[in-house]
Amino acid sequence: MATQHSRSAARVMISPAVLLLLAWMLIPLGMTLYFSFQRYNLLMPGAHPWVGLMNYKLFIQNPAFWTALINTLLLVGGVLIATVVLGVLLAILLDQPMWGQGIVRILVIAPFFVMPTVSALVWKNLFMNPVNGLFAWLLPKLGMAPYDFLTQAPLASITFIVSWQWLPFATLILLTAIQSLDSEQMEAAEMDGASALSRFWYITLPHLSRAITVVVLIQTIFLLSVFAEILVTTNGGPGNASTNLTYLVYARSLLNFDVGGGSAGGVIAIILANIVAIFLMRAIGKNLDA
Amino acid sequence: MGRITLDKVTKRFGDAEVIPPLDLTIEDGEFVVFVGPSGCGKSTLLRLIAGLEDVSGGEIRIDGTAATELPPAKRGLAMVFQSYALYPHMSVRKNIAFPMKMAGMPKEEQERRIDNAAKVLNLTDYLDRRPGQLSGGQRQRVAIGRAIVREPAAFLFDEPLSNLDAALRVGMRLEISELHNRLETTMIYVTHDQVEAMTMADKIVVLRAGKIEQVGTPLELYRTPRNKFVAGFIGSPTMNLIEGPEAQAMDAHTIGIRPEHLDVSSTDGRWRGTVGVAEHLGSDTFFHVHDTGLAEMITVRADGEVQLRHGDTVYLTPQDGKLHRFDEQGLRIA
Ligand SMILES: Nc1ncnc2c1ncn2[C@@H]1O[C@H](COP(=O)(O)OP(=O)(O)O)[C@@H](O)[C@H]1O
Ligand SMILES: [Mg+2]
Repeated sequence: MATQHSRSAARVMISPAVLLLLAWMLIPLGMTLYFSFQRYNLLMPGAHPWVGLMNYKLFIQNPAFWTALINTLLLVGGVLIATVVLGVLLAILLDQPMWGQGIVRILVIAPFFVMPTVSALVWKNLFMNPVNGLFAWLLPKLGMAPYDFLTQAPLASITFIVSWQWLPFATLILLTAIQSLDSEQMEAAEMDGASALSRFWYITLPHLSRAITVVVLIQTIFLLSVFAEILVTTNGGPGNASTNLTYLVYARSLLNFDVGGGSAGGVIAIILANIVAIFLMRAIGKNLDA
Repeated sequence: MGRITLDKVTKRFGDAEVIPPLDLTIEDGEFVVFVGPSGCGKSTLLRLIAGLEDVSGGEIRIDGTAATELPPAKRGLAMVFQSYALYPHMSVRKNIAFPMKMAGMPKEEQERRIDNAAKVLNLTDYLDRRPGQLSGGQRQRVAIGRAIVREPAAFLFDEPLSNLDAALRVGMRLEISELHNRLETTMIYVTHDQVEAMTMADKIVVLRAGKIEQVGTPLELYRTPRNKFVAGFIGSPTMNLIEGPEAQAMDAHTIGIRPEHLDVSSTDGRWRGTVGVAEHLGSDTFFHVHDTGLAEMITVRADGEVQLRHGDTVYLTPQDGKLHRFDEQGLRIA
């Protein structure tokens, strides 16, 4: 696309796609912004008067907001730590030559193919159920009292379920990164007198830094909006114990029929997601530069 | 000190015996070159000495102590890899410091050795760069620096120059030779390039299919190759090997004559032929001579001033005492 002519032709050609994309993104965003400044509750038909920042004020002043905010960060942070740490260990394990490697790798990837609602329900009903669950059967055998995971530790349980879903993704990316590690580097380190632990710390981990960054950035995008797992297991409860921002917006707009309040929550969630993104890019974005 | 003894060292990968039982002694301070065609087991042998591969049988001793079961780090050897194997996320300084850091050496001593190595290898200006910001030759020097600072009993080099361009290769060859003269440490150097072997070695070990074909100084190998393989491998251009009546007349299965040991004349001589391609190097010219009835083609090395054209008739005469004779098994007949 060197000449003036071909460049303007290119612009004309891509414009329909760009316009469609813009409409696709801008119209919902514009409507969300528009509704967020109105008193618009489906239970109160009639006019939708402008109320300025009222919806935002109400959303933030609601004590559930701060709980949801903290829960969101705990959920994202917990899943990130669990998937990265376990993912690195699993990737190293899967990189070792072993019998039945192909099958083991497919098994490790399997959870990623199970849709969130299904996997959350499986965990809830087959494993964590205080009466019928596998753990309820197992714990007394080990001399411990049965534990109602989703009631007594709802956020931790959901963090666990979501980690289980995302572990394959992290493992897969980290495994391909480990496989690209030059074996001569490892041998050089071995000759230099580095123990297995030092080799992991000084060679493997730095080599993985870029892959870890990719895992963290991609997962953060998806983890900020975890919803299905909460809906089918705890419904955000008990109380607000497992409500995150996404779930709070849902509760606002669809359970309370408060379109205005929900929209304001959505806008706040967008702003917070961007803050997290800026923070992440500052902290680890430099790993992506070659 | 760095005297390395291999006693019946064997290596098998599954069923494939890559190194059949092999004996070799490398004296302290020697520059030994393992040379042989690609895939003959040079790297494998070096890795066995380094401890990066387990032997399938036999004993390795370093300075008289059994090293067969020792892990690589405990053998006191340093290795320079073909890919350099630098740590890409560490600066040059940290790369060089790494083995000392792993050994828990005091900081001041580390600094002293790094400065020394950097001075010797002309790396002082690059200490704070990453390997990715260096040229091939500089990376090679960093890899050598990382090996030097450990003050090892012996250095192991695995085709260290094969990733460099021709001019740089000649330069690095000299630098490594100089380094050996200065440090007087044992060096084992693997290459498939017989020129590197001839120019650098105190002692050359010619390998074929994991077996030692001959061990000797460069000139010994050049003057008295023990068999046809060594005769053909050492020397450039390669030795002319002649079979048939001419060889039988000398009670041999094959006779060999190096291109530089043939006298060229346009009037008379022992063998008559037609000039084919001429390769002019300036100082010398290599003529490919055909239709001699001896072999497909005979290479002759003549003075650069000799003027012969394609299609000219030439006469070739082997110089006295420079003919090599080999029997049916390819072994030298004394
Ligand atoms: N890890 C291995 N597994 C199986 N065969 C190997 C392995 N490493 C080397 N070999 C075989 O051993 C032979 C010698 O290899 P190598 O020592 O690398 O040769 P060189 O360095 O002389 O080119 C080759 O035929 C190669 O295929
Ligand atoms: Mg090799």
